[in-house]
Amino acid sequence: MGMINANLLKMFNNLMNLAKEKGQTINLMEVCGTHTMALFEHGIRSLLPENINLVSGPGCPVCVTGEEVIVEAMDLIENNTVTMFTFGDMMKVPGEGRTLNELKAQGFPIKVAYSPRVALEFAEKNPKIEVVFFGAGFETTAPALGAVILEAFNKKLNNFSVILSVKTVPPAIHFLFSQEIRINGFILPGHVSAVIGAKSFRFITEKYQVPAVVTGFTAEELLLGISLVVNSILKREPGYYNAYPTVVREHGNIVAQKIISEVFEIGDAYWRGIGNIPSSGLFLKEKFAKFDAKKKFGLKDRQPIIPRGCKCGEIMLGKVLPPACPLFGKACTPEKPVGACMVSSEGSCAAYFKYGRR
Amino acid sequence: MCLAVVGKVEKIEGELAIVDLGGVLQPVSLVMVPQVQVGDFVLIHTGYAVEIISEEAYNETMELLKELRWE
Ligand code: SF4
Repeated sequence: MGMINANLLKMFNNLMNLAKEKGQTINLMEVCGTHTMALFEHGIRSLLPENINLVSGPGCPVCVTGEEVIVEAMDLIENNTVTMFTFGDMMKVPGEGRTLNELKAQGFPIKVAYSPRVALEFAEKNPKIEVVFFGAGFETTAPALGAVILEAFNKKLNNFSVILSVKTVPPAIHFLFSQEIRINGFILPGHVSAVIGAKSFRFITEKYQVPAVVTGFTAEELLLGISLVVNSILKREPGYYNAYPTVVREHGNIVAQKIISEVFEIGDAYWRGIGNIPSSGLFLKEKFAKFDAKKKFGLKDRQPIIPRGCKCGEIMLGKVLPPACPLFGKACTPEKPVGACMVSSEGSCAAYFKYGRR
Repeated sequence: MCLAVVGKVEKIEGELAIVDLGGVLQPVSLVMVPQVQVGDFVLIHTGYAVEIISEEAYNETMELLKELRWE
């Protein structure tokens, strides 16, 4: 490993020098929030010349979940006798000025779970308690969510239901291309690709002639990914690469894809700050309607809520960087977030706040 | 959120595996990787193994490096 490292780093630095000499502005979008964090953590941003910019895309599922969904979940827990399980990141997201954390502090039964399976097991063991799992996710999480629904269905559980905000990444990238974006290369989400396959993003290069790379999250994987894309841009030969072959196969995980298509159907979805993106959401099929907490408890549909002054939408489309938001670091901090980009540890505002500009 | 961890499969009991996450043992569902065997390394996301890590594919990474030689 050591040797590759030195070799790779040398090639990376050579490429960066070359890019600097050529002087053209290169905007790279990392779509995945985990990449955003990893790029800061490994100090990779500071290795880039001035003319190469890293822009964070719509790659944090909590960030793109509408505030109204959070409010729905709070409505549910306040007005019904249920025990709610959710991922840790959801606890801090404000919905009309309140959070699930605050409700928990008031004594409502809300539990953090690293896996939806924990909620399912709790429901099985406690048949008298109504259990609701509230979760957001992309294709990485969708099969796990689908698997618990299937298990609940097969075990005929009557005390388990879900509020889900599940979205898919490729339609969001198509949407980006319908906007005025100036992205010269894409760093694609490794774990989403592990599920849906490297093939699912080939359209970026084939249809739009923009270089793209699927890569992992170590410093080495990120350096390789960035090098391949920058090399491709400098050579003006749009290439498509899988720099994470140890995990990502061309066709992805077929079993996981089957679970997704068995449980979910595709529909239009509302992305916070961005708006409606056609065919970008996964919704429970009619067969599994009894596990839909919204139907089960008769929750009303809410209109999208957009926090005043929050620029998350423009940030996630790569139009502006977080410090351009007038609320950034002032009215909006990780302690007291206004928008979701500041709430989730993987949101671009939170990452910029934690690590500074570079 | 899409952060995943890597663990080594220590034991398989039906659809569940006991996976070693750097010293911490955790139950992980194997529904998505039914072909997994004890000793395999798996990528785990929200309590589910999503993929088996392939060591052979490492060579493909090495091939990619060749693309970067600039003439
Ligand atoms: S700093 Fe806060 S208010 Fe501004 S865009 Fe980011 S999350 Fe929204």
